[in-house]
Amino acid sequence: MNAPQTIDFGTPRVGAGDTVKLEIDGIAVSVARGTSLLRAAAEAGVSIPKLCATDFVKPFGSCRLCLVEIEGRKGYPSSCTTPAEAGMKVRTQSPQLARLRRNVMELYISDHPLDCLTCSANGNCELQTMAGVVGLREVRYGTGENHYTDVVRDESNPYFSYDPGKCIVCNLCVRACEEQQGSFALTIAGRGFGSRVTAGQGESFLDSDCVSCGACVQVCPTATLMEKTVIEKGQAGRSVTTTCAYCGVGCGLRAEMKGSEVVRMLPWKDGRANEGHACVKGRFAWGYATHPDRITKPMVRAKISDPWREVSWDEALAHTAREFRRIQQEHGRNAIGAIVSSRCTNEEDYLVQKLVRAAFGNNNVDTCARVCHSPTGYGLKQTLGESAGTQTFKSVEQADVIVVLGANPSDAHPVFASRLKRRVREGARLIVIDPRQIDLVSSPHIKAEHHLKLRPGTNVAVLSAMAHVIVSEGLVDEAFVAQRCEAKAFADWREFVARPANSPEALEAASGVPAAEVRAAARLYATADNAAIYYGLGVTEHSQGSTAVIAIANLAMATGNLGREGVGVNPLRGQNNVQGSCDMGSFPHELPGYRHVSDTVTRELFERDWGVTIQSEPGLRIPNMFEAALDGSFLGLYCQGEDPAQSDPNTQHVTAALAAMECVVVQDLFLNETAKYAHVFLPGASFLEKDGSFTNAERRISRVRCVMAPLAGMADWEVTLALSKALGYEMHYAHPSEIMDEIARLTPTFAGVSYAKLEREGSLQWPCNDDAPGGTPTMHVDEFVRGKGRFLITQYVPTDEKITRRFPLLLTTGRVLSQYNVGAQTRRTANVDFYAADLLEIHPHDAEERGIREGDRVGVESRAGKTVLPATVTERVQPGVVYTTFHFPESGANVVTTDNSDWATNCPEYKVTAVQVSRRSGA
Amino acid sequence: MKRNNLIKMANAIGAFFEAMPDRQQAVADVAAHLQRTWEPRMRGEILKSLGTAEEAQLKPVVRDALLALACSDA
Repeated sequence: MNAPQTIDFGTPRVGAGDTVKLEIDGIAVSVARGTSLLRAAAEAGVSIPKLCATDFVKPFGSCRLCLVEIEGRKGYPSSCTTPAEAGMKVRTQSPQLARLRRNVMELYISDHPLDCLTCSANGNCELQTMAGVVGLREVRYGTGENHYTDVVRDESNPYFSYDPGKCIVCNLCVRACEEQQGSFALTIAGRGFGSRVTAGQGESFLDSDCVSCGACVQVCPTATLMEKTVIEKGQAGRSVTTTCAYCGVGCGLRAEMKGSEVVRMLPWKDGRANEGHACVKGRFAWGYATHPDRITKPMVRAKISDPWREVSWDEALAHTAREFRRIQQEHGRNAIGAIVSSRCTNEEDYLVQKLVRAAFGNNNVDTCARVCHSPTGYGLKQTLGESAGTQTFKSVEQADVIVVLGANPSDAHPVFASRLKRRVREGARLIVIDPRQIDLVSSPHIKAEHHLKLRPGTNVAVLSAMAHVIVSEGLVDEAFVAQRCEAKAFADWREFVARPANSPEALEAASGVPAAEVRAAARLYATADNAAIYYGLGVTEHSQGSTAVIAIANLAMATGNLGREGVGVNPLRGQNNVQGSCDMGSFPHELPGYRHVSDTVTRELFERDWGVTIQSEPGLRIPNMFEAALDGSFLGLYCQGEDPAQSDPNTQHVTAALAAMECVVVQDLFLNETAKYAHVFLPGASFLEKDGSFTNAERRISRVRCVMAPLAGMADWEVTLALSKALGYEMHYAHPSEIMDEIARLTPTFAGVSYAKLEREGSLQWPCNDDAPGGTPTMHVDEFVRGKGRFLITQYVPTDEKITRRFPLLLTTGRVLSQYNVGAQTRRTANVDFYAADLLEIHPHDAEERGIREGDRVGVESRAGKTVLPATVTERVQPGVVYTTFHFPESGANVVTTDNSDWATNCPEYKVTAVQVSRRSGA
Repeated sequence: MKRNNLIKMANAIGAFFEAMPDRQQAVADVAAHLQRTWEPRMRGEILKSLGTAEEAQLKPVVRDALLALACSDA
């Protein structure tokens, strides 16, 4: 294996069950029934040679190295495919086994180049290791016909190289692609010496269906599939376990290092969010951390039209403090505020909200969760009592019916998507509710039983229609509802959804989904033993985002799909620490732990600890800050790790607001779009330079460890401390662990969290306190956090964003696999080889009407603005709907999105914009 | 703070709560939502619409909630 530092048990762990006792090399061994002999031996510390086995994939039994002898049985069975049985007496070493293994290795080596000293896998090659283990000393076969000369390397993938000449056809890569990733992009083509690993139908890796997750590279026992960074830099000397800084899955990673340089990133096998898997972003796209565009010196300027001037940290912070205090003196205490990033650590986010509340003296702090999952926080708090998802990711392995609603996990949460697809291949039934034909609707060995292809903006209509079917067809879990939910609220809701106006037939015209499809999907969801809903920004980023989240919780309560494994309401969070930034009190109305600022007891708790008075009124949300800037009452902003000028809707409005401010401070890795309007630039630290913790979508708190020193000389948490000191409010922490200690001291759901415990446990899911010292994998088990579950009526209210003759199409937005949000990170990696520009997807009918062909540049105009994008003509979108991503600033996707927002939280309605699309002359 | 934007936002809040069967509760919920999530200058601005021609743009449930807020702030 190319990951020698971890123990590989050879075959996957089998589920806990009864155990069997046997003897291996005279050692008494007890393992779960169904465990392979290879694994049983490994667990007992007995190593059996192997080449085609790993604990990531099912046993295959092809390499014939892991042969053993079993007393009383004939032959030499492969230990990877032979289950341990009670009373077995197994020998892993004997003269006959040694001879057989040497013969097998001799055949392998006879057809393998002997360039070990200059091979990129030297020192980390399982073939080389096994040759040593079996004692191979000579190869009797000549150098005749072989398949390692005259082969052409495939260097098409930017991150790894494929050298067919070194392939031993062990099938590990093919099996990892199938079982771990679920892409089925690889196969073995040809016969005999002509056998080759092949991507797709013989294309290059880059042109094939390969999604570059790297699972094949990780399992390759030779240098056949090898990271280009390893080829270039050599093997790593040490590794640091940390947590990915891309999506809300929060994969555990192991950064393999040479000095302060990352050589490669491997998924951490013990990371519970990902269990040894990763995606193209987490595994490969970390090069941005040392990109030449990084700004590592603080800079200031008097006016945004002036050039930047590099200054010392002291000068930058003193200037910032002076300007903020001046603005407050001239315009009032509430004239400044901060935006906290969901890419920063819990500790950093906690400090910034503390800075705002204690040093700024107001509650004008908000997080970029405002523009993605704030409706999740509101909707789940109102219904279930806690602003968080209910399950672990692993829970999907127990689901019988899976609903994916307004989410595209294959692109946005790929490692979770692999788990989900595995479960579907095992037989779980899938319902997709999405305007587009996302990959999950139909991909290799995956087919959604129902695809409710609704019109953008009609989630609530479809969810209410599903509820109507459940209520009117007697599919309510009456016992669960009677025991667990408020009776009056349920009765009101039941009466509401049972109305004819909420039937699938009545709502068909609005949603565009055939009533029969809605009925069938509702029946399937309601009658499953375990049904789980996974949803994303396609739910929240609507004018009725919060209503839709409430409607989802209503469905789960009505069908009893809460409080155990395999079920639940599962928000797929967009960024790595959306959950954490919300938990840490980054909202203008809530202190850490989702406690309202008007709650005197909570406020006094923090006031005593911090030695300040905290305002009891809510502060400004991000869109309110911009509104207030335009009316001249909000003039100073500290924007940490966030780029609202690119990521927030109605760009013209946002930039006008930023331009109206007197002191904008941007702390980031790069000069982003918002920095064009900044007066102070403070260099930020990448996740490789951070020490702290992230909390993923399953409430899992995982450590982020400093892999290399901050390039700018200061960690982000230290910058916040220094700014606070410059403002006259000193905070004293020697290490981020002390910040977590304070969080635990003041936040009941985090009371049992400490760095020492995180080290011990690997990760913890909150609530973690005296009631749940080991954390809480599944929430609401015996009762809801709020006591009784609360149904709320979810009246469908069509969005104000209507199509007209002038704007006849609905634009919706999303992500692709290889790029991430505004692209600040992924655009500065080789991921641009996969996706180099935002595209506008348009249906062939709409394209033909407008004379648009594949690749044409098209104008996209909305009521808010207009931009130009290259078009791709595809049936993934339905007629009347167009789609694009927002990864590249030059595409200006948010120039056309509008100010419409969720009624409860002001989360922008990115997913529904009425537009016209026209072919540009000369395109 | 543009008052017309605030009225639009408040009416969206009203659209959610006006579907509740208990109107008195709906008015209280709208008022509580504004109290708990709107910064004081936003509340102050929208309260200025009461007693003016702009009041007609408010959903009745919102208007009643604002009246309740005006009383409690007074």
